[in-house]
Amino acid sequence: MTIAIDRGQTKRAPRDVTTWDRLKVNRDWLGFWFMLPAMAFLILFLAYPLGLGIWISFTDARIGRVGDFVGLENYEWLWDDSIFWLSVFNTLLYTFVASIFKFAIGLYLALLLNENMPLKAMLRALVLIPFIVPTVLSALAFWWIFDAQFSIISWSLKQMGVISQNINFLGDVYWARFSVIFVNIWRGIPFVAITLLAGLQTVSPSLYEAATIDGATRWQMFRHITYPLLTPIIAVVMTFSVLFTFTDFQLIWAMTRGGPVNATHLMATLSYQRAIIGGVLGEGSAISNAMIPFLLAAIMISWFGLQRRKWQQGEAND
Amino acid sequence: MNDFTRRTVLQGGTAFAAAGALTGPALFDFAKAWAQTAPWKAEKDAKLTVMRWKRFVPAEDAAFNEMVAAFKAATSTDMNVFSESFEDVQPKASVAANTGSGLDLAWGLHTLPQLFPTKVLLMNDVADYLGKKYGGWTDAAAATVKQGNNWLGIPVATVGGYLTYRKSALDKAGFKEFPKDFPGFLEMCKALKANGTPAGFALGHASGDANSWLHWVLWGHGAYTVDKNDKVIINSPETVKALEYCKALSDTFIPGVASWNDSSNNKAFLAGELYCTGNGISIYVAAKDDPTKKELADDTYHALWPIGPIGKPTELQLCVPILAFKFTKYPNAAKAFIAFMLEKQNFDKWLSGARGYLTHTLNAYDASPVWTADPKNYVFSQASKRALPASGIGTPGEKAATAIADFLVVDMFANFCTGREDAKGAIAITERQLKRIYR
Repeated sequence: MTIAIDRGQTKRAPRDVTTWDRLKVNRDWLGFWFMLPAMAFLILFLAYPLGLGIWISFTDARIGRVGDFVGLENYEWLWDDSIFWLSVFNTLLYTFVASIFKFAIGLYLALLLNENMPLKAMLRALVLIPFIVPTVLSALAFWWIFDAQFSIISWSLKQMGVISQNINFLGDVYWARFSVIFVNIWRGIPFVAITLLAGLQTVSPSLYEAATIDGATRWQMFRHITYPLLTPIIAVVMTFSVLFTFTDFQLIWAMTRGGPVNATHLMATLSYQRAIIGGVLGEGSAISNAMIPFLLAAIMISWFGLQRRKWQQGEAND
Repeated sequence: MNDFTRRTVLQGGTAFAAAGALTGPALFDFAKAWAQTAPWKAEKDAKLTVMRWKRFVPAEDAAFNEMVAAFKAATSTDMNVFSESFEDVQPKASVAANTGSGLDLAWGLHTLPQLFPTKVLLMNDVADYLGKKYGGWTDAAAATVKQGNNWLGIPVATVGGYLTYRKSALDKAGFKEFPKDFPGFLEMCKALKANGTPAGFALGHASGDANSWLHWVLWGHGAYTVDKNDKVIINSPETVKALEYCKALSDTFIPGVASWNDSSNNKAFLAGELYCTGNGISIYVAAKDDPTKKELADDTYHALWPIGPIGKPTELQLCVPILAFKFTKYPNAAKAFIAFMLEKQNFDKWLSGARGYLTHTLNAYDASPVWTADPKNYVFSQASKRALPASGIGTPGEKAATAIADFLVVDMFANFCTGREDAKGAIAITERQLKRIYR
């Protein structure tokens, strides 16, 4: 009994265990604590700017001045703005056409590079060149190639007697669209090709051996072995490719600044022109926010459409 | 006129200083003497941070920096000068105005001080001092920086743009001198095209070149984006006339002008494919500096923009005003520096360094040596006199600046001239956008 009393006097009475104490050691919460730094990072550098952009689009902010809340006014204005809709059309056209060509040519190139041939490593490295040249530099080079007066293409064709007058590459609406899409394809192919090539190399050769024994043709091998096994890579690559194309800015800005008569204005370039050059931040943010639904749709299509296969979860293919 | 190609083109032409201008020790002596008697005494240990636009001509920059050094030595003011590209000057100045820190002086474009009239240090005394001493300010320059009777900044200079042409082509087309009115100009362009020596003016998003010549066509017909009270008046018969005139003109142009940016006409002219265009003095300077282009330089002449049906000059020229922020701790040093820049001993040399790229806004500098050093420079001496502010007859300020930055007038003309829209459609699109900017 005395012992018990001694104990009570020397030791402090245990305080109540608070929720905080529990959370600190709770194993279910441990994961949360570890995630916290990453989360803070994402919130600070991704969620906050995105949220800010959305907020600004509801105001009449200008550069250097905080705006007042104007509700949906910016969006209502854009809804009736023919130039905005033209830029939406241009962006969709640009993305759609360029992505299809990039995929087709990229895949073809990947298949070629996957073959055994002399100087394989060197050829693979060469394919990457358009991708490693800084975009602005290649755009400037193409700007000269498509120049109204000094185009090497026009010059060559004239020398050969095919045409009598320079082609108005960047001054004619259709030629201008063709030219910028062409450059985008040229620049985007290596990314698609090399990534798909990496994907091709993960396909086990034994599958092809088995197919050969079964007497499959090359097309059948592609259709039933290569393509299905490549699908997840294709989904990722094309998602990225579409996102990059949709949000492209540098090529257009360096080559046409959205001209002629806004025929190559993409949403990104129009947003920049209105927000930064023109100083109307609210409207500019509204234009860039208008890209979000399109981008989300692109992501959804590729992830839910192409990646739903069960082998994604480690189960048998069906 | 904010392209870097033009600047790089000009980099060949360094080391040009007018004979007899103050340099080295003499400049320092002048600066010291000036500081003793100037109406503004720089505060003790003053420190000024100055932002300016990036120069086109190295010699201009050199003259500016020499002046800064002399001012620094004479007043013991610590000077921190940095340059920004044309596009970045306005946003940075706006942010400084809004946050109340970062800069003391900003040397920008167009109507910069009008963007934040409550944040600038009034320059009435400086304008008064300089105006009295140097024969008064030109109207366009004053309008650009004045709000009522207050000077929000000092219009340091104008970056002039005029017609650059090949005399041989004009002679061949039967024009003894450059036409002075719109019909004559159109006739000349037609004749040039018929001879295979076409003219060409940018119809693309060339912020300097396209804006300046298309505003000239618009204003020359008496059409404006807004009236004196900033009411949108673009939808007018005059605008239709301007569109039709422009269409007729553009039919005579060298192909590809819809894709042109600010440097395209420089390239085409220097390559001998283009025979008449609107530009800063840079084409001529570049030709002069290139020994292989001597013939072209000798054949290149400048002309004033012809006068439109309204009977008076209607030019859009690029004013470059300087302002001091109200929050600067050293208002006297700031004022002293601005006044010092425009004193004859500095400014003559500076103008010479700029080689015609910069035009004075104070009448006394009509006699500046740069305008007679090469007779072909002379046309550019008129830039500050024949211009309207960037807002036309409307209020100079942010709204007018936005309309120009968003290429509203350029796109209206381009839409019509390329046949994408009829006159009604082209005007309607522009009117709608203007109404939003001027709401």
